[in-house]
Order: sequence, then structure tokens, then C-alpha cells
Amino acid sequence: MTLTLTNIAKTFPGGVKALLPTDLEIAKGEIVSLLGPSGCGKSTLLRMIAGLETPDAGAKIVFDGKDVTRQSVETRKIGMVFQSYALFPNMSVRGNIGYGLKMQKLPKSEIEARVNEVIALCRLDGYADRAITALSGGQRQRVALARAMAPRPHVLLLDEPLSALDAALRGQLRDELALLLRQFGITAIFVTHDQNEAMAIADRVAVMSQGEVAQIGTPEALYRKPATGFVARFVGDAMPLEGRVEGDQLHLPGGILPLPGPAANSEVLVRAEDIRIDPQGPITARVETVTFLGTHYRIALSGASDTLLIARHSGLSAPRQGETVRLSVAPEALLILPKGVAA
Amino acid sequence: MLKSITKSIPRIVTLLACAFLLIPIIQSVLAGLTVNYFRGLSSGLTLKWVARVLELYSGSILLSIWIALACLVVTLILGVPAAYALARNPGRASRVLEEFISLPLAIPGLALALALLQLYGTLQGFRTSWTFILVGHVLYTLPFMVRSVLSVLAAIDLKVLEEGAASLGAGPTRRFFDIVVPNALPGILAGALTVVTLSIGEFNLTWMLHTPYLKTLPVGLADSYASMRLEVASAYTLVFFVMIVPLLMAMQWASARAQRIMQ
Repeated sequence: MTLTLTNIAKTFPGGVKALLPTDLEIAKGEIVSLLGPSGCGKSTLLRMIAGLETPDAGAKIVFDGKDVTRQSVETRKIGMVFQSYALFPNMSVRGNIGYGLKMQKLPKSEIEARVNEVIALCRLDGYADRAITALSGGQRQRVALARAMAPRPHVLLLDEPLSALDAALRGQLRDELALLLRQFGITAIFVTHDQNEAMAIADRVAVMSQGEVAQIGTPEALYRKPATGFVARFVGDAMPLEGRVEGDQLHLPGGILPLPGPAANSEVLVRAEDIRIDPQGPITARVETVTFLGTHYRIALSGASDTLLIARHSGLSAPRQGETVRLSVAPEALLILPKGVAA
Repeated sequence: MLKSITKSIPRIVTLLACAFLLIPIIQSVLAGLTVNYFRGLSSGLTLKWVARVLELYSGSILLSIWIALACLVVTLILGVPAAYALARNPGRASRVLEEFISLPLAIPGLALALALLQLYGTLQGFRTSWTFILVGHVLYTLPFMVRSVLSVLAAIDLKVLEEGAASLGAGPTRRFFDIVVPNALPGILAGALTVVTLSIGEFNLTWMLHTPYLKTLPVGLADSYASMRLEVASAYTLVFFVMIVPLLMAMQWASARAQRIMQ
């Protein structure tokens, strides 16, 4: 299903603007992630698409050419996975998964068949008659997904579906969820505050900040060509290089860094993997801490910029704490973004 | 020596307190089973008095059961949706409303009965009907039902559960019967047993509202003490116990169960 949102905004009673007017178009079968820190309006946007919140006047929500803005949640034919899963404790796994089908008044035999189908797909065989309270967190998450998918909704909405799980399980279920969503081939919108989750699951990511979409694009595009400093910081943890720009040079406390071009009124950012330890490098820094992380060393450096810089150093050995090193950054690896854009 | 005495003081106090409460009850029960109370147990045991109570007061017993059940139906119909509405709209207005519903608890039953008599006492058909007593009982027991259901509903994340059901296509009525009621069941059960127990045992209010033709179980008890042999009144107490004790125990069990679910 194609989803078109036009001029969708939300002002809460009391005047707090949770979401500024936003347009968004999602293609059939596309998985879009709404990524941002808490309070950026991502959940509010999702809940308005679901019909659980009413947008401000003037908004238009269109499902496949049909205006559903005035429709209530129960008639929109959406599937939703909640952060707390919202599984019904008074029903078994089968009862939960079959509930949406029962609401569609399908014959018993068909409900049975379709419930069994999603149970197999979500690898819940053997759990069908268990009570919800007898399931682990990961199993509950799969039941929530199966329940949302069983009625074959137009669009699947997921509100931080992995955040209730512990870290180890989260990573595993993230990949599983990505695979399942592709298997279903459903149009899906996925709210998260975790950039790794967004990048692993979504075709396109909408980075949100302070009630606005700062940038929308593929994970690669967001990473390589962030539109604002916020996006660069949030996706890929870019660090600001605080210094004085003079022509195509950046004067830092630790030395002068060449820029790819003139950069007046700009902010210069760099990512950890682009900082090289290079004896011929133009910048001097002091090694504060060195952490060995298996695939690479994480090195905290002071003196190069006003704030601590983190470098990812892959190599067989690393400089020692307290040592003075020289650094270089390839000019094309620097992120040069307009200054003063809040989002 | 002194140590063992100080140690056993709490035990002795507890036993004395139990005896203080239990001896009159045992005495009363025995009085209902002895042939002649003034001659004591030596006169022999009999079920004659119990049979006499059932013969004389079966009307009162049945009326009490009938009113208790009717009261249960009314408090279910009024109380469960009321508790649901209060749980769904947490706010100052809801708190005020909750206190308002609980108001009859703070007012003596007599005052409540007087108010009812002043308001409706002149409506002849209503005044002499059992429904007049029912209204009093509903006023008195409704807060127990509302509170019991509300405390269970407040412990589950009702809003999200309902949103989940709505996203699957369930309208408000379906959500109420499929999600709200089943999940509130422990509270409803505890509330129902409380309502029935209180209604069967209610005296203050009912004493004011009853007519000579409409005596409930406790009113009949007072009547038997005033106008019958002591053995009959005591046998009546026994009948009362047999009815109310299992209810009380069930109520305790259901409340404990509801408490567990809330944690």
C-alpha cells in the first residue's frame, strides 16, 4: 500500500507542538524508519498514522488513494506492534493472534488456518496454547508481530518494538525482524531511537528532531551525505572539529587541517573511522585512553580540538596512553555542513 | 523464669482476646442447639429450634438472598462501567466522582435511610416494595464494587491493551467485553462477594426501610430476639452464621487473589 501524509502536525492541549507540519510518502512494500531522540515527535507521527491520535486541522492521511484522516483506528486496517506489546493476558497465544481475524468475522476454519500460518512463519510452533505470561520477552515480541500480521493489514506500524528486550537479544531479534518484514513484503513504519536498528531494518530512514523531519533517505545517503549537523551526529556519531575556518583551512588547537574547499559559516565534523594516526599528519594530539575492542582500538585524543576526539584505529598495535601522536583526516572525509541549523 | 513469663505475655493476651470474641459466639450457637437454655447442656441437644427458625423466618431468609442477588446485578451493571470510566479518565474530575460514589460509606445507614424515606416515603407503591430496600442496599454497596474493580483496572495498562484491540478492529463495545471485563474479573469477583455479604448482613439502613411484610435476615434476627424464646433467636444466629461465614471466607479469598494480580 502507498501511504501519503500531507501537512500532518500535532499540537497537544496546552500548546506543545509535538510535530510540525510534515509531508511524507511511503511506497508500497517499503520499510521506513522514524529515527530520533525521545520527544522528537516520531511516536506521535506513528500514532497519527494509526489513528490513535488526531492530527491538527488541515492534515491529510491517504492510504492507497483513500483518505482515512477521519477514520477511527479500528476501521483503518492497520497492524500495530506496541512497545509493551499490549498482548491480552486473558487470551492464549492463539487467542491473541486470532483476535483480529475474529473481528473480521471470518469462518472458524479459516481463522484456524491463518493463525497456524503466521505461527509457523514467526516460529511460534509449540507455543500456540501457552498463556502470554508463560512466554519470554523475545517470544512475546514475535506473538505481537504475528498478531498484527494475521489480519493482513494495509500497513504495519511498529513503535519501538525491540526496546523492551535486553541488549543481547535485541541485536539478534533486529536481524530476525528485518528478515520477517521482507518475507511479509508489507509496507511498514518503524519507530526507534537506535540508529543501528533503523539502518538494519529500514529501506529509508527519516531522522527526526524537535518535531521535524531533518532528513529522509537511505541509510547510506544519511551516513555519507548528512544534511545537517544533527543528522551527522545522530547517524554515525560524527564529532565536531572546533576551530577557525580561514579560506580552505581549518585552524585547530592542534594544527592546521586542509579542507576540500572554502567553508565560511560552516561546521566541520569528522567520524571516528576517518581519523588516522599518521606520523606525517598535520595535527598534534595527546593520547588519553586506549581501549582494545577486538576489531579495532578506540583511542580518545585531546589537544587536537577543544573537545575530546575519538579515533577508531585498526592495526596490530596502538599508541600508548600519554604519548603524543600526529593525526590526519582526508579532506573528502570531512563533513562540512551549514552552521546554525537547529535540526 | 521472668524471661519466660515476659515472652509468653503476648501469647496470653492473644488467647484472651480470642476467648473474649469467641466465647459469646460459641455460647450463642450452643444456646440455639440446647433443649432448654436455662437448664444448660444437660437438658440435651436438639435441632428443634433451627427447624422453628426456618419455619418462621424462611420468608426473611429468601427475601435477603433475593435482595442480595438483585443488589449484585444492579451494582454489576452500574459499578463495572463506572469503574471502567474512572480508570480510563484519570484526572481530578474522576477522583472527585470516586469520592462522591464512596460518600454513602461515611454517612450512617440511618441517615441514608431517613433521606430515602423523606424523598420517596410518600410514593406508596415504592415505599412498600422490596425495591425500596434494594435502593438502599445499592447505595451502600456500590462503592465497594467500584473500588474493587477500579483497583484491578488501575493495575493493568488498560489504555494500551485497548489500543491493541482497536488496532485489530475491535470497536468500543467489543473492547469492553473482550478486554476490559475479562481482565477486571478478579476485581469483579471480589467486589461481587463483598456486595452479597454486605447486603445479606445489612441492618442499620434496612431496619429503617423495612415494613412488617418485608423483613430481611438481620431484621428478622432482631425481631426474634425481641419477641421469641432465646433458643429460637440463638438458632437464628446459627442460621445466619452458616449463611454468612462461607461468603466471608470466599470474599477473603477473592480479595487476596485480586491483590496478587495487582502486583
